Amino acid sequence: MSALNIKKGSSSHSAYELRDPNGDLIESHTLAVVVDNESGVLARVIGLFSGRGYNIDSLTVAEVDHEGHLSRITVVTRGTPPVIAQIKAQLDRLVPVHEVHDLTAEGPSVQRELALFKVAGRGEARIEALRLAEIFRANVVDSTLESFVFEMTGTPEKIDAFADLMRPLGLREIARTGVAALARGA
Amino acid sequence: MRQMTGARMVVQALKDQGVEVVFGYPGGAVLPIYDEIFQQNDIKHILVRHEQGAVHMAEGYARSTGKPGVALVTSGPGATNAVTGLTDALMDSIPLIVISGQVPTFMIGTDGFQEADTVGITRPCTKMNWLVKDTAKLAETLHQAFHVATHGRPGPVLIDIPKDVQFATADYTPREAAKVSHYQPRVRGDEALIAKLVDLIETAERPVFYTGGGVINSGRTASTLLRDLVAETDFPITSTLMGLGSYPASGKNWLGMLGMHGLYEANLAMHGCDVMINIGARFDDRITGRIKDFSPHSKKVHIDIDPSSINKVVRVDVGIVGDVTLVLEEVLRQWRARGSKTNRAALPKWWAQITEWRAVKCLTYKNSSTVIKPQYALERLEALTKGMDRYITTEVGQHQMWAAQFLGFEDPHRWMTSGGLGTMGYGLPASIGVQVAHPDALVINVAGEASWLMNMQEMGTAMQFRAPVKQFILNNERLGMVRQWQELLHGERYSSSWSEALPDFVKLAEAFGCKGIRIDDPADLDEAIKEMLAYNGPVIFDCRVEKHENCFPMIPSGKPHNEMLLGDADTQGVIGAKGAVLV
Ligand SMILES: Cc1ncc(C[n+]2csc(CCOP(=O)(O)OP(=O)(O)O)c2C)c(N)n1
Ligand SMILES: [Mg+2]
Repeated sequence: MSALNIKKGSSSHSAYELRDPNGDLIESHTLAVVVDNESGVLARVIGLFSGRGYNIDSLTVAEVDHEGHLSRITVVTRGTPPVIAQIKAQLDRLVPVHEVHDLTAEGPSVQRELALFKVAGRGEARIEALRLAEIFRANVVDSTLESFVFEMTGTPEKIDAFADLMRPLGLREIARTGVAALARGA
Repeated sequence: MRQMTGARMVVQALKDQGVEVVFGYPGGAVLPIYDEIFQQNDIKHILVRHEQGAVHMAEGYARSTGKPGVALVTSGPGATNAVTGLTDALMDSIPLIVISGQVPTFMIGTDGFQEADTVGITRPCTKMNWLVKDTAKLAETLHQAFHVATHGRPGPVLIDIPKDVQFATADYTPREAAKVSHYQPRVRGDEALIAKLVDLIETAERPVFYTGGGVINSGRTASTLLRDLVAETDFPITSTLMGLGSYPASGKNWLGMLGMHGLYEANLAMHGCDVMINIGARFDDRITGRIKDFSPHSKKVHIDIDPSSINKVVRVDVGIVGDVTLVLEEVLRQWRARGSKTNRAALPKWWAQITEWRAVKCLTYKNSSTVIKPQYALERLEALTKGMDRYITTEVGQHQMWAAQFLGFEDPHRWMTSGGLGTMGYGLPASIGVQVAHPDALVINVAGEASWLMNMQEMGTAMQFRAPVKQFILNNERLGMVRQWQELLHGERYSSSWSEALPDFVKLAEAFGCKGIRIDDPADLDEAIKEMLAYNGPVIFDCRVEKHENCFPMIPSGKPHNEMLLGDADTQGVIGAKGAVLV
């Protein structure tokens, strides 16, 4: 028998064809996951994503119910519909997970992110930055003669747009919180 | 509420949970717990020789009783040695409680002696784990751990207890007071979905039941219900490696095991069926082969307690989340209420087809009068132990597959093998765990010589605790399964697949103080097996078998069910580059 000629790239798991042939459409979904606020729980959730090869585009977490000892994790992830369904099922079976909501699938939702931008510059650029910040309803939370720190809350897209505008005007640093989201209505 | 130390809480909680036996190994970080174990008589402690052995023994105990198994290990190396067993139990959904010691809380993070991030290391290989930093929470956490391990899809859990938490005193939370409310997985199947399954049972022309370890995990009633359903519908049934025994091998509808080394009739029935009813199995890649061509013309129903199993690898038409027992009860209730109908016109044709496939006699092998064929050794073992109160464990390799093919299991909990992880070194300690749970039963570990060496130190445990386990080693002086793959896939270049410098197993038995038997002539086989069975104590049985036997049938990785290899003649150049990258 001759040595097998294994083609380049064939070490990807293609032969199992786990990928759904009809589901090539990649969707972005925002999931809200209510968990016990205990040490190790966030690691378990994140470990699920890395261990099973799922994406995390954004992640926020904070305690939301002090008495009930519950935290809310908002995670923005990407995948084909079957993968998204699998991510939700995998999250839901974790012992410290109380609820999983797919805000993208369950109806309209509001999504907000907070960002801080440090923009340095003098003269025209500085004035332009300030003018654009007003249009975008960004607040100045720190200023020196050479720099501003703007604070802005909005959708991730709005923050992206503002960052694009600031870049040529002297953008030095951005800090973003990641998305927090709630379903609309009562 | 009673005040006590954390160490005493551990023992008290185990008693309250009905634990009879703990498999463990002491060390600095668990000394307070060992001190408590010393001062009581309700819980038996089995001192192992390696912590991996402790966890596999706990698995053997759990798999053969349906009750959770308990292991106790020290910090650092004790905990890291437990990782393989935890992963094994996670893959096969076996309920285990592993308790590990940890350096005192005030030293955590200082790289103290024998400190390891045990909850970090074991997070991906446990269903849940806890580092308990406060003695007041310890008892409740222990009770929660038992609840989590045994509810929903079972699995291993670990509780890491720093030494100062073991010494400190607090109120003991009794079992009934422990909060377990939020973890209550769904167990009752949706009635409307079950009605859809009943529709399919009524109309199916070519149905097949495909059952798995979930039937065993669900409890003995699940097997009884399954037998009723099979008998009343008269549908054929196959099972995964994990599910053997839930339907009796002697049953008339039994097709044998399916999958990579499954029977021809079972795999072709899966490929050709029009209704597949998966009960407590998970469409593992050993079962499905190439997904694209997996049972292309069937409507698929999947009953599973774990919602994430449904539609994970194979899209199904009806997914029923629930405990097998409760779901089967409801299936039978609805189906009987509707008149117990099946498609009586079509079923005989399907059975006629199956009879043709059975006639292929796919397990036929060429016997020999000079060398012992491994299949023959197992056939004789089966014949000579028939009707006995028998439990079988295995190691991993060809011998494991042959055992699954040639031994028959009439009841659940009688067959304990490492399925999902395929852990060499599992079988010997598992057999000891089984024997501890069933002291008067016949417990046999069907082993390969290479696997067996991986945890052979546990013969010491078998001797110390008078566990008369029979180690039935099919010694081919090869890492046989590796050798088989190298023959089929790697141009017969047998890279490191020899078992060289093997010990003399008979002398080894003598060194441990038990009985050793060596045999290489087929004519002596029966007498030797009888001698093994008659001996009141552990036996190491060195059965020298054919070195180059291949295990068939075989569905090469990445091939569909209907491209099965039946014997050596079929094997030339069959596995393409695409299949070669798979395991
Ligand atoms: C811990 C571990 N290491 C490696 C393997 C890969 N492996 C699978 S079967 C096998 C050979 C087993 O040899 P033996 O126990 O003698 O059984 P045989 O196949 O010869 O019956 C190996 C190395 C494994 N399954 N587990
Ligand atoms: Mg071998």
